[in-house]
Amino acid sequence: MKQVKYVVAGVALLAGMATAAQAASTLETVKSRGNLVCGVTTGLAGFGAPNDKGEWAGLDIDLCKAVAAAVLGDATKVEYKPLSAEQRFTALQSGEVDVLARNSTWTLSRDTQLGLDFVQVNYYDGQGFMVHKELGVTSALELKGATVCVQEGTTTEKNMGDYDKANGLGFQPVKFKENDQARAAYDEGRCDAYTTDASGLAGERTALKDPASHIILPEIISKEPLGPVVRHGDNQWGDIVRWAHNATLVAEEKGITQANVDEVVAANAADNTAADAEIQRMLGITDKMGEGLGLGNDWAYNIIKAVGNYGEIFDRNVGPATPIGLERGLNALWTKGGLQYAPPVR
Amino acid sequence: MAMAQGTPENGVANGHSHHHVAFWRDERKRGLAAQLVVILAILAFGWYLIANLLANQERLGIPLGLDFLENVAGFQLSFAVLPVTLESPIGRLLVVGGLNTLVAAFFSAIIATFVGLLIGIMRLSHNWLISRIAATYIEIIRNIPLLLQLVFWYGGVLVTLPRPRDSLSAFDLVYLNIKGLFMPRPVPEPGAGIVLIAFVAAIGIAIGVARWARQRQMATGQQFATVPVNFAIVIGLPTFAYLLLGRPIAWDVPQPGAFNFTGGVTILPEMTALIIGLGLSTAAYVAEIVRSGINSVSHGQTEAALALGLKPRWCMRLVILPQALRVMIPPMISQYLNVVKNSTLAGFIGYPDLFSIIGTSQNQTGRAVECVMILMLFYLSVSLIISVIMNWYNKRVMLVER
Repeated sequence: MKQVKYVVAGVALLAGMATAAQAASTLETVKSRGNLVCGVTTGLAGFGAPNDKGEWAGLDIDLCKAVAAAVLGDATKVEYKPLSAEQRFTALQSGEVDVLARNSTWTLSRDTQLGLDFVQVNYYDGQGFMVHKELGVTSALELKGATVCVQEGTTTEKNMGDYDKANGLGFQPVKFKENDQARAAYDEGRCDAYTTDASGLAGERTALKDPASHIILPEIISKEPLGPVVRHGDNQWGDIVRWAHNATLVAEEKGITQANVDEVVAANAADNTAADAEIQRMLGITDKMGEGLGLGNDWAYNIIKAVGNYGEIFDRNVGPATPIGLERGLNALWTKGGLQYAPPVR
Repeated sequence: MAMAQGTPENGVANGHSHHHVAFWRDERKRGLAAQLVVILAILAFGWYLIANLLANQERLGIPLGLDFLENVAGFQLSFAVLPVTLESPIGRLLVVGGLNTLVAAFFSAIIATFVGLLIGIMRLSHNWLISRIAATYIEIIRNIPLLLQLVFWYGGVLVTLPRPRDSLSAFDLVYLNIKGLFMPRPVPEPGAGIVLIAFVAAIGIAIGVARWARQRQMATGQQFATVPVNFAIVIGLPTFAYLLLGRPIAWDVPQPGAFNFTGGVTILPEMTALIIGLGLSTAAYVAEIVRSGINSVSHGQTEAALALGLKPRWCMRLVILPQALRVMIPPMISQYLNVVKNSTLAGFIGYPDLFSIIGTSQNQTGRAVECVMILMLFYLSVSLIISVIMNWYNKRVMLVER
C-alpha cells in the first residue's frame, strides 16, 4: 500500500514533472482549471482534518481557502489532497498540488534542497513532550534513557536527536509510519513519552484513553515555524500565497473581520478624507494593489469575506474555546507581544 | 535475402520466386522488425523518462548524487544490528536498516518454513479434526491483509504484556514487560575464545559422528543414537572448557533503571510481532505448497514404502518428502521473496527496517529519486540472491530424481 504510493511518487517525479515543467505558471493553471489543489495533512485536529460534517477544517485549510478566495473569488473551489509526511514534498515538486499547507516546518535544507520555497509562517510552533503522569516526571531533562514514541519522516526525529545529544539523554525512539500507531503504542505504555509539535500534543492528548493521566512537559526543544510551501521559481505564485496570509494579519491589525468587512469598505470610501489609507489600498478602494499580484483588486476583500482575519482563523480552529485550546502565545500579533507581523500594504 | 532462401517456410515452399519476397511478407523478418521497433520504443521511453527527470531536477535546482549519504543522520534507532550513534552518517544507518530487514526476514522465513511444513502435513491428516484445524488456519490467514495481521499481533503483544513496574521476572535474570524481553548478555573475558573454539570443535566432532554413524548404518545396518550423543557433545564440551578455565564469561544482567532495564540483551516487542506475524502469515502459503507437493507424489510410493516395512513416520521423511521437494522448491522461492518484500510493512509497527529508515532519510534530505533507487536496488539484489541460492538448491534436489 505504502510501497505503491512510494512508487507512484517516484514515477510522478519521473513522468509527472514533465507536465509541471512545460505547463504555464501556477496562477494560470489554477485559473484555467477553476480550482485550487491544496496539499494538506492526513488529519491533524485544528490544522487540517475533516469536521463532524465531513468538511475539511483547520488553520491550514483556511489558508487554502484564502488563496482560493484571492485567486478565484470563491473559497469553496479547493480540492484537498491529504498527504503523508513522506509524500508531501514530492507531491508539490511533481506538480500534483499547487500549494502545500500541511504544518510543514521551514528549515534551511528544505528551503534550499527540495526545489521548494517556504513563503510565510502561519503558525509558530515548537516541539514538546507528553508523558504518563504516573512516572512523576516534570521536566524533559529527567527523561534520561526513556523510550519515546514518534512519527517517522518528520523534523521531530532529528530535533529529538539534537536535544538528546546536547543533554546526553540517551533516548530510545520507537518510530511509526503513522501518527495513530505512535499514539496508540504510547497509550498502551510501550513508550514513556510521546513527542511532536506542541500544538499537536494538545490535540493528540484529547484522543488518548484517559487524557487526564498524561501531562505535557514545559520544555519546548525546537523552533518549528510552520507555513505554506510553493514550488521554487514561480515567484508570482509565491507572492500570492504569502500575501494571502499577510492580508489576514493586516485585517486583524486594522480590526477588519469577516462580519464587518462590508461596513469597513463603506466607511472607507475613496472620497472619505478621514479614511485609513492602508485599508483603502488593501481592499481595492484606491490604488490597484491586486494587479501586482496578477489578481483582481478585491483579492483581500474576498479573503476576509471568506475566512476572516488571522485572529478569527486562530480562534475558530485552535483557540482557547476549541477542544485544542491553544493560547495565542508566539502567534499573537507583533503589537501584542507575538511574532505575527505582516509587511505594510503600500 | 540469402537467409530467406534457405528456410523452407518463406517463399521456397510457394514453389516460385525466392528473391522477390517483400520483407513484410517474410514472417521471420517481420518478426525481427517488430521486435526491433518494440525495443526502440522501450529505449526511447526510458530515455524520455531519464532526460525528463534530469531536466526537471535541474530546473528545480535539486542536485542528483549520493554525497548526502555522508551527512550526519542525527536520529537514533530502537534496534540496530551494528552500533549506531547520533553522529552516524546516513549511509551507515541505511546499511543497518538493510541488515535489520534481513534479520527480521531470516527469522520469519524459518518460522514460515517449519510452521508451514507442520500445517501442510496436518492438512493432509486422515484425522478430521486435525485436518480441519489446519484448513481453518490457512483460510483465515490467507484472507486477512498482512498489514492487519501485523497490527493485530503488535497490539496483541502489547496488550498482554505488563507495564515496566509489574515486570514478570525469572530468577531475577530475565525480565519481560511491555518494553521487551530483557536477558543477560555474555561478556567475554580472557579465555572466552577457547570456549568458543571448543564450541566450534564440538560441532565439527558432532558432524563427524553423524557421518560415521550413517556410514556404519549403510554398511552394517546397525543404528546409532546420533541425536542424544551429539547433543551431549555440543553442550558438554564447551561447558567443560568453561568450567575448566574458571568461568571466563561474565554475564551482564539487566538492572532496573529509571524507565527501563539497562544492560543485557533486549528483544523488542516490535521485532517479535513482525517476525511472528510475517512468519505465521507466510506459513499458511507454505502449508499449501507442502500439501500440493506431497499430493504430487503418487500414492504408490507410500504403499511401496509401507510394504517394505517402513514406519509411517519414516515413510514420510525418507520417501515422500524428498520427492515432494522437487515440486515444492520453485513456489517456495516466491514465498521467501515475499517475506523479504513484505517486511517493508515493519514501519507500521515501529520496527526500523530499511524502508522505514529510507523514509526518514528522504524526508530530511529531499533526495527522493536517489532513495527510491537505493530501495529498488536493495530489494532487487536480495531477491536475486535468494533466487540464485534456491535455484542452486533446486538443481541439487532435482538430481535425486529417479
